Amino acid sequence: MPEIGSSSDIVFMFLFFFMVCSQLRSTEVKVKVKLPEASEIVKLERKDLASYIYIGSPTAQYQAQYGTESRIQLNDSFKTTTDIRDFIAAERESLSEADRQLMQVSIKADEDARMGIITDVKQELRRCSALKIMYAARKTEKK
Amino acid sequence: MAKRQTPGLNTQSTSDIAFLLLCYFLMTSTMDQQSGLQRRLPPMPEDQKQAEDQKVNKRNIIIVRINSGDRLFAGDEPLDVSQLKDKIKEFITNPTNDPNLPEREVKTIEGFGDYPVSKGVISLQNDRGTSYKAYIDVQNELVKAINEVRDDFSKAQYGRLYVALTEDQQKIVREAVPQNISEAEPKDVTKK
Repeated sequence: MPEIGSSSDIVFMFLFFFMVCSQLRSTEVKVKVKLPEASEIVKLERKDLASYIYIGSPTAQYQAQYGTESRIQLNDSFKTTTDIRDFIAAERESLSEADRQLMQVSIKADEDARMGIITDVKQELRRCSALKIMYAARKTEKK
Repeated sequence: MAKRQTPGLNTQSTSDIAFLLLCYFLMTSTMDQQSGLQRRLPPMPEDQKQAEDQKVNKRNIIIVRINSGDRLFAGDEPLDVSQLKDKIKEFITNPTNDPNLPEREVKTIEGFGDYPVSKGVISLQNDRGTSYKAYIDVQNELVKAINEVRDDFSKAQYGRLYVALTEDQQKIVREAVPQNISEAEPKDVTKK
């Protein structure tokens, strides 16, 4: 009988590794988002300060209800541009006083989305003075 | 009195339990790097101020426009995305002191001294029908152009690439080569 006593230790090590370096998936993405590619991207420094706005066409199971037009998803539900104000206010409220200046909004939009909806979102963000934004993108392979 | 032996703990199932936990964390976690292009939106202008802000000298501004068919125009000429970077670099650096390209203004940068900083502003305009992919492509090219100018500057001054500089030096480079990209007020480009 081979000795396998240490396997549980190894697995535990794995477990701790994943527990430490992962963050829990907080929202279920209900829109199809294929991020566009870019080569000059920078990393998001503080994930805890970021709020996410998803833009894209709803995934198959929601298409019957919401159609195939690009929609905005905030937290867990489909919203319109007018809801962004409340969303930003709520996100800002959840941060500590010192971090509010550093709040960042990451726009995760599908590469096939039209700029019309993104411009609307940007205008709304300007109105709520959430000016630090990031266009989420994938890294292109260096040629 | 006979020494009673402690019964051995059955630990065979601990690895199973650990595996289960491991699988749970594997499935519920995201490891993806959050990355993208960072931008600062201009604050919402107040109504009276708006007219004043528009008065930028014509030579100091380049209008990069993407129409609804994802066609790119820089200035007034149609351009391919691959050509944009060189165009922007020429616009920012103005190597030949062309009167049609942006002027330079000598500014005192803390910790460095005087440097003629380009007053050029890149104005990015898009149509409501422009695809996001094309928009990001163009944004990416603009950032790339500026990064290359910054690299040139830091190589000339410090002999190293921008990323290898210390934080203070990076700040100086950022001031010497500012990233002036203005995302214009939305308007329909194709309408006119």
